[in-house]
Amino acid sequence: MSDGETGDGERDADAAVAADGGESAAGDGAAAAVDPEEVRHVADLARIDLDDAEVERFTERFADVLEYFETLEEVPEVESEADLANVMRPDEVRDSLSQEDALANAPESEDGYFKGPKVS
Amino acid sequence: MATEYNGYITTESIAGADDGPLAGKSVAVKDNISTAGVRTTCGSAMLDDYVPPYDATVVERLKEAGATIPGKTNMDEFGMGTTTETSAFGPTENPAAPGHVPGGSSGGSAAVVAAGDADMALGTDTGGSVRCPAAFCGVVGIKPTYGLVSRYGLVAYANSLEQIGPIAPTVEGAAELLEVIAGPDDYDATTRDAREAGAADGERDEGAYDYAAAADGDVEGLDIGVPTELVEGADPAVESVFWDAIDDLESRGASYHEVDLESLRYAVEAYYVIAMSEASSNLARFDGVRYGQSGGYDGNWNETFARSREEGFGEEVKSRVLLGTYALSAGYHDKYYKQAQDARAWIKREFDEALSEADVLASPTMPVTPMAMGESLDDPLKMYLADANTTPVNLANLPAISVPAGETDDDLPVGLQLVGPAFGEKAIIRAGSALA
Repeated sequence: MSDGETGDGERDADAAVAADGGESAAGDGAAAAVDPEEVRHVADLARIDLDDAEVERFTERFADVLEYFETLEEVPEVESEADLANVMRPDEVRDSLSQEDALANAPESEDGYFKGPKVS
Repeated sequence: MATEYNGYITTESIAGADDGPLAGKSVAVKDNISTAGVRTTCGSAMLDDYVPPYDATVVERLKEAGATIPGKTNMDEFGMGTTTETSAFGPTENPAAPGHVPGGSSGGSAAVVAAGDADMALGTDTGGSVRCPAAFCGVVGIKPTYGLVSRYGLVAYANSLEQIGPIAPTVEGAAELLEVIAGPDDYDATTRDAREAGAADGERDEGAYDYAAAADGDVEGLDIGVPTELVEGADPAVESVFWDAIDDLESRGASYHEVDLESLRYAVEAYYVIAMSEASSNLARFDGVRYGQSGGYDGNWNETFARSREEGFGEEVKSRVLLGTYALSAGYHDKYYKQAQDARAWIKREFDEALSEADVLASPTMPVTPMAMGESLDDPLKMYLADANTTPVNLANLPAISVPAGETDDDLPVGLQLVGPAFGEKAIIRAGSALA
């Protein structure tokens, strides 16, 4: 699995790098498993702002962790029979939280509604 | 009631019924389990002032059983940690090993029991978070079979892996507490009735929940499997205490054989991929609108959320949410998440095979002794690797117990883990009760 093939077909060639040797220092441009831009992109998807210092730390950390995850490539395909059954209940009206209780933890509410930021 | 080792986040007492099997007992509750009217922070600044409007099912059952809840215990933020050092309310110190961490993420729960400040406690175990602190603090902890205990009212971290479990000074005490909290719940569709799930097809075992009676210490004829993968990586000081405990069980009539479970080598990676992926979805609910830190910003909806989450979440939580988002993102899903699910199925199958030739499987609970405080935060990967022996059990949905096995020459507690078949809690309780 150190042959670098693992990244074939990935949208980002950097993803393959962790598989071939792994000594690459993070933040080292093309040699890193993830670059700062990728960290910013994922943070944007996850709706978490990061400052520059955090981006730097996470870039380094993700390189280490993702390199470690590469070992999963060695896991064989496994047939599994999911032992699952749907659990149903009658569709009956029953008590739920009052509007007052449901709103009690909201930082802001108005006229019985949650108040959020404007959708621009 | 605050403790000098910072075991509690909140010390507001909640009274239970006058009578019941736990009357007169105090049972501390981890701070990610909802208590009506008493704040529930998950160890996070995000939920600093969150007050649940309802009780978790397990809290209702504690109150009905007559227990008094003395407070809500400290924990790694949202359960994400192995040392209770990622809490926004400061770390907990190990009362059984001063200067060391109590383990995590249910470190506060194990610490208050070890210090005698509560008779028992509830923790939650997603990848070892009950068993690790039990081992590090020299007390008993049980991670139940997935579906034995209701998760209703537990603030979710990784739903497919986690269970609420008891912590107590003795196996019998932990079994008594398990009896109270176990059982199906209409509000958690993943719960099963152990009287049916633990019996042969079409049969019913009416005594399925009589866990305390199983703590009789009788290990005559017990067949113990020892997975070599979970012993060979352990600290020599831990391994030595572990084999002494196995010798002790042998001298009382048990026997052991070693087994190779190759799949367990991939458990930590598989666990973290799955847990982080589930976390990235679960923690999306913390948007600062319905609850949580808002910051009161104006402007674009998404940018406002992102700023609230930047302020409310700590470093470890951000890291796991981002890595989970990455693992599930386009182009990476098959590479990480699907491979992790294959590893999970493989681990399940190998555990089932091993348990068809042994009554229980034994290993050190933790491959390491309690870390010195402050030592782990700079090296997250090292902290993740400490979960090597506990995470496979969650991936396989099986029950496991950690019982005190003894101490190293440096007086650090070591736990013995016993893993049983699904709904086989009695087997691990019986075997564990021979030691504590």
